[in-house]
Amino acid sequence: MKHVLEFEKPIINLKEKIAELKKFTSESELDLTEEITTLEKRLEELEADVYGNLKPWDRVQMARHPERPTTMDYVEHIFTSFIEFHGDRYFGDDEAIIAGIAYYRDQPVTVIGHQRGKDTKENIRRNFGMPHPEGYRKALRHMKQAEKFNRPIICFIDTKGAYPGRAAEERGQSEAIARNLMEMAGLTVPIICIVIGEGGSGGALALGVGDQLHMLENSTYSVISPEGAAALLWKDAGQAKRAAETMKITAYDLKQLHVIDQIIPEARGGAHRDVKQQADYIDQVINQSLKKLSAYTKEELLERRWEKYKVIGEFE
Amino acid sequence: MAKFMFSKRKKYATIPSEHSKVDVPEGLMQKCDKCHKIFYRKELKKTLNVCPNCGYHHPLGAWERIESLFDEGTFKEWDQKMTTVNPLDFPGYDEKVKKDMQKTGLNEGIVTGHGLINGQATAFAVMDSSFRMGSMGSVIGEKIARAIENAKEASLPFIIFTASGGARMQEGVLSLMQMAKTSVAIKRFSDSGGLMISIMTHPTTGGVSASFASLGDYNFAEPGALIGFAGRRIIEQTIREKLPEDFQTAEFQLKHGQLDRIVPREEMKDLLTTLLEMHEKGRSKA
Repeated sequence: MKHVLEFEKPIINLKEKIAELKKFTSESELDLTEEITTLEKRLEELEADVYGNLKPWDRVQMARHPERPTTMDYVEHIFTSFIEFHGDRYFGDDEAIIAGIAYYRDQPVTVIGHQRGKDTKENIRRNFGMPHPEGYRKALRHMKQAEKFNRPIICFIDTKGAYPGRAAEERGQSEAIARNLMEMAGLTVPIICIVIGEGGSGGALALGVGDQLHMLENSTYSVISPEGAAALLWKDAGQAKRAAETMKITAYDLKQLHVIDQIIPEARGGAHRDVKQQADYIDQVINQSLKKLSAYTKEELLERRWEKYKVIGEFE
Repeated sequence: MAKFMFSKRKKYATIPSEHSKVDVPEGLMQKCDKCHKIFYRKELKKTLNVCPNCGYHHPLGAWERIESLFDEGTFKEWDQKMTTVNPLDFPGYDEKVKKDMQKTGLNEGIVTGHGLINGQATAFAVMDSSFRMGSMGSVIGEKIARAIENAKEASLPFIIFTASGGARMQEGVLSLMQMAKTSVAIKRFSDSGGLMISIMTHPTTGGVSASFASLGDYNFAEPGALIGFAGRRIIEQTIREKLPEDFQTAEFQLKHGQLDRIVPREEMKDLLTTLLEMHEKGRSKA
């Protein structure tokens, strides 16, 4: 295991101890099977306790885990015949977002998602999954095409946010995001959005206006990063942990605030522990969502989308 | 060397006495934020808070804006009593909102309603940056969405003046979702043939610039207004480079194709009147 999170350390220590005892038993005459069984039972309990009681900040760490599966990982497991298409037709091709068409259980669909890199080299190419305006415009181009050919749209959300850069501002980052929000509102095909990692602010929302919004158990969705919030609110980015708790950014928080439809469970220890199983969990939810949404007419779909967003917010 | 000897560095700070403070009644004079020239408040009121010397556009309160545009006595407010709650139980949020309610006399950082501009009926929203920096929470999102729905029902155009630092941190993701809510409302309005005019005033940034502020059929700005998505400091830290002085000004956005026009405050009413007339005539011909 390459990356160990702080709260996982007791588990890792225990695992190492068990491995040590096993090695000892196989190499010497001393039989420690009984001790090993006891420790394995304890490990089981410890894992259930740690992973069953994750704090918001722990989930932030999970969502940012370097080994956390990306959009492409899920595309490979959930869909078949995925063909990626490039470019926004105005300026360039932003590799922080991937888009294409594929089969979902024999049904053609459009798949769009933020794409982080697996290593530094790929991350530089993909700008750490932080899009420029051309990324959002590419996404919109494919959404319009999906509408034309009557394909449901599945969006994977996984970004720290839209890229805060000079060129991004010059090319209209605000307009690109705003345009997507507005146009997604009017697409006459089902849109399913799934937050798989970090859902960072407007940059996430620009792929996130749809009929169903789901979140992986250890993903986050927030108006600003915990570090950013801490810097703004308390002038101290070091208080990110406190901000993560105060800002209500976990899947459980958002479910309680009636912002999301479903929490998708994760493999124990996080999505990265078992990508295939995780893909299965996501697959089940996509299947349910598509079945539900395909029952609506185009008019019903749009009306329900408006009803969905209309009620978000609290006031007197 | 000589420079050092004749250095004029002050050794003392001048602290005005209590007496001298009382000499000029508060609110009689105002200094321009840009050229620092001092004017009578009355004079600035006549120019709608635009500096007569350098043309700097100081912020204009929501009701001053309404007064400057609408025919006397025609403006009727919508949802005046809607107020903010504390959905995340954010520590200190209620107090902050209460304080700004007292300070500004507004219930939130926005006024919506309808009235006549030179006889042309329109739905209207104006944000006020003196209320929690115009940041957008549930109330602002809801009032804008309702105003747009009202405009759709009554077949009225919709004009909005934005002034906002972006999302309201204390309402977390609910604030973010107001971007979606207002954008869905605009889509429905736009599809029904509705005319929307957005005028970005200083400042229009973050989630507000990345949603309804950028979604007008016409997007205008006041001279010198700060308009952008990410903050200057964050961008400078990210790209490790100093940004030009005019970065994210209205003039910068116009140059980069992000605005239809920059409109000085004194020309605003005439321009809006002409636009409303043209669209009304076009519609009646259709």
